[in-house]
Amino acid sequence: MTSATYHAPASIAEAVGLLSSDPAARIIAGGTDLIVQARAGRVKPGAYVDIKRISAAIGIRSFEGGFAIGAATPCTALLEHAALCAAWPGMVEAANLIGSVQVRNRATMGGNLCNASPAADSVPALIAAGATCLVAGPSGERVIPVTDIPSAPGRTSLAQGEFVVEIRLPAQPSGGSDAYLRAIPRTEMDIAVVGAGVSLVMDGGVCKSARVGLGAVAPTALLVEAAAAALIGTTLDDNALDAMGEAVSAACKPIDDKRGTASYRTHTAAVLARRAALIARDRAGAK
Amino acid sequence: MQKILVSTTVNGETCEFACEPDTSLLDALRTELRLTGSKEGCGSGDCGACTISLDGEMVCSCLVLAAEAQGRTIGTVEGIAEGSALHPLQTRFLEHAALQCGFCTPGFLVAAKSLLEKNPDPTETEIRYWLAGNLCRCTGYDKIIRAVQHAAADLRQERTGA
Ligand SMILES: Cc1cc2nc3c(=O)[nH]c(=O)nc-3n(C[C@H](O)[C@H](O)[C@H](O)COP(=O)(O)OP(=O)(O)OC[C@H]3O[C@@H](n4cnc5c(N)ncnc54)[C@H](O)[C@@H]3O)c2cc1C
Ligand code: FES
Ligand code: FES
Repeated sequence: MTSATYHAPASIAEAVGLLSSDPAARIIAGGTDLIVQARAGRVKPGAYVDIKRISAAIGIRSFEGGFAIGAATPCTALLEHAALCAAWPGMVEAANLIGSVQVRNRATMGGNLCNASPAADSVPALIAAGATCLVAGPSGERVIPVTDIPSAPGRTSLAQGEFVVEIRLPAQPSGGSDAYLRAIPRTEMDIAVVGAGVSLVMDGGVCKSARVGLGAVAPTALLVEAAAAALIGTTLDDNALDAMGEAVSAACKPIDDKRGTASYRTHTAAVLARRAALIARDRAGAK
Repeated sequence: MQKILVSTTVNGETCEFACEPDTSLLDALRTELRLTGSKEGCGSGDCGACTISLDGEMVCSCLVLAAEAQGRTIGTVEGIAEGSALHPLQTRFLEHAALQCGFCTPGFLVAAKSLLEKNPDPTETEIRYWLAGNLCRCTGYDKIIRAVQHAAADLRQERTGA
């Protein structure tokens, strides 16, 4: 096909070195986007840098009361971590809506994020959860919010030589939970027409804090602060949910395509965000 | 181009093969190791005809680089029967006519085996979701689901020795 090379570095430094020395080098995590794109000729990797042999990029560990998930950890591995599933059920579900079991046994959230598709399923849930990324590069390490990674469809803000080592989820306060819903034409194996993730913290029946993330309604996944503000301080009564829905619709700048018209997406985003908020509330109350 | 030498375990046997950096594991299995059971239906992760197990988890071998298999353990459809004794899944697929052209069958068998290893008594819904990444152009799926249900019952019985 091409004259690419393949490397499986064992350390972060080695991976950064490989990425820095070749502008056409590409990280391969699960390969479920990259190999498809390379085969179609849409990307021409000069080197495949496989991060699955870097121990810091594999597995899930407790971190500052929350969790650090290695960027090469496949989505199905999240399901086996009971504490993660209890704290962030919506985020784990979002990652496990991707493709088929075969795909999820390889696909990673890091790849979902860095592939920078506007419709990536785990990204609105990560945004709602307030997740951050540990990024390693030639000038060391930095921690940035997930919202800062995708910059346009298929583009990220990562500089040459940089890659995501792990995704960090904050501690889930008591009374807190999350949910993610998407609309697709089939029940499995399709690309989101709209995705909505909501995380919130309830205290005595009142919403103390909230975050709302949307996918497939703009060039990148969105954090909608106005939608969260409509929920905070309320009991999630109909007025609050209506106001949130309006804020969600106002934030949408979708495209028309074969999967859905712009007006369908705008309307559905509000409906899904509302349902997700109620699921998150019920989950928070059940704890 | 420099070829990469990969050593791996396939269906319990250690093997070595050489590949290009961007050869898929599916191509390496089929052309280097002559294991042509795994099929290429789409080459893009959509059809599941290339399903194999990699370190115990089922994956699309069309979306794995052959070079990634270094030191890993692979299972393909060729490893499902024990010698000439068919696996209960294979027997039930034949009995229930769960195949017509058969192109999808190796992928369904590997995927169904992986399901029954994790969940010996799946519901019909669980079977259908598990197999959502395997497409069949011929059977309409119902016969495949029945075959998997019967094979699951066979395996449960084998296990309890009843
Ligand atoms: C059949 C099929 C169905 C699918 N269904 C869905 C779906 O329902 N929803 C959905 O959202 N997606 C879906 N996808 C797309 C894909 O599976 C996901 O986006 C997946 O999460 C990508 O992860 P990966 O580890 O395989 O990424 P890779 O293919 O390994 O990488 C993707 C891109 O990100 C870069 N990258 C990967 N990891 C890092 C890192 N740590 N740091 C920096 N850059 C990195 C790579 O260089 C590449 O450009 C589907 C794909 C297939 C084949
Ligand atoms: S050939 Fe691999 S999924 Fe179709
Ligand atoms: S039997 Fe022909 S595709 Fe399934």
